[in-house]
Amino acid sequence: MAELEVEIVAEDRFVWSGPAQSVSARTIDGEIGILPGHTPLLAVLGDGDVVVTTADGQTVTARAEGGFFSVNHDRVEIVAGSATLDGEARGDSAA
Amino acid sequence: MGAQIRVYRQKIASTSSMKKIFKAMELIATSRIGKARDRVAASMPYANAITRAVSAVSSQQDIDHVLTAESDNPRRSAVLIMASDRGMAGAYSANVLRHAEELLEKLRSEGKEVDTYLVGRKAQGYFDFRHREYKKVWTGNTDAPQFETAKEIGEALVSAFLQNTDEGGVDEIHVVYTEFHSLVKQSPTVVRLLPLEVVEEEITEDTELLPLYEYEPAPEDVLDALLPKYIESRIFSAMLQAAASELANRQRAMKSAGDNASDLIKEYTLLMNNARQAEITQELTELIAGADALNAS
Repeated sequence: MAELEVEIVAEDRFVWSGPAQSVSARTIDGEIGILPGHTPLLAVLGDGDVVVTTADGQTVTARAEGGFFSVNHDRVEIVAGSATLDGEARGDSAA
Repeated sequence: MGAQIRVYRQKIASTSSMKKIFKAMELIATSRIGKARDRVAASMPYANAITRAVSAVSSQQDIDHVLTAESDNPRRSAVLIMASDRGMAGAYSANVLRHAEELLEKLRSEGKEVDTYLVGRKAQGYFDFRHREYKKVWTGNTDAPQFETAKEIGEALVSAFLQNTDEGGVDEIHVVYTEFHSLVKQSPTVVRLLPLEVVEEEITEDTELLPLYEYEPAPEDVLDALLPKYIESRIFSAMLQAAASELANRQRAMKSAGDNASDLIKEYTLLMNNARQAEITQELTELIAGADALNAS
């Protein structure tokens, strides 16, 4: 199955990247879910969690405030004003 | 004679205490510069992502957005000048200010009124001393800039840009900062921040065509949300580069100041030893002359 390449970056640092099955986020219009094969999209994030389900089934939750994300050829770039990770994947995050 | 030695001894003492200060400043700059460079590197993913997104939106859509629209007849400009808070960095601030001065001169010769925005106490001092006006100043932390400051500056500049020119708004925004190329090369740079020049330099041979994005919400609203962030990110990255440059300059300046102090100490030590020798020789001559005089009588 195709996978998403997810990258989360904050203003002053790189937060997380890795392969994922799906991403769900809250835009200013409402919830949106991204699966592999999604059409290119550029959306503005609202306040809320971005939940990434990684390739091995874990979830990474990032609190992303004031940012946007883009989807292009199964590459998801989540760009947030400030992003903090929580959940099990914290240990995997790039320091 | 003894007085001369004492003078040299004092000079040596004061030079070596200065040398200690230079050495300490150099060490501090050296230890901070690594972090400053890391921060420049760490801010790159964000800057790249937002640049990609902004160029994707603005190149695809023929959107008339205030922030991209060029004024036909720009009459007022804003200039943001980034200098340092402290000296002890060689010609760092002076170089930036000289470049800024050239830019101001150029803008004025084009018949534009210029509002200046300053970063760093050195820039503030420069303007205060000459009784020149500036719109706003941000000081503190030029060697470790905070994102909040960049945000404040961004907001101030964007709101000035959005204001009507007749009511004190500006038609264009320039930034003067020092670009950090490497530890040995930093150069003062002038960039025009707004209106956007929608040509991005990041084009390589294998650059993919920008995808045809769908937008959520409408493209105009996306651009509305993106552009201020883009400006903030540009300002922040300029501040980080300026910080790294400041530290690199300080390190270099303090290194050469320390070396000069060592040279001076050497020189003074030689002179002091000379003086001591001369004193001893003179004492001996006097003694021998005295003894001879006694013997002869």
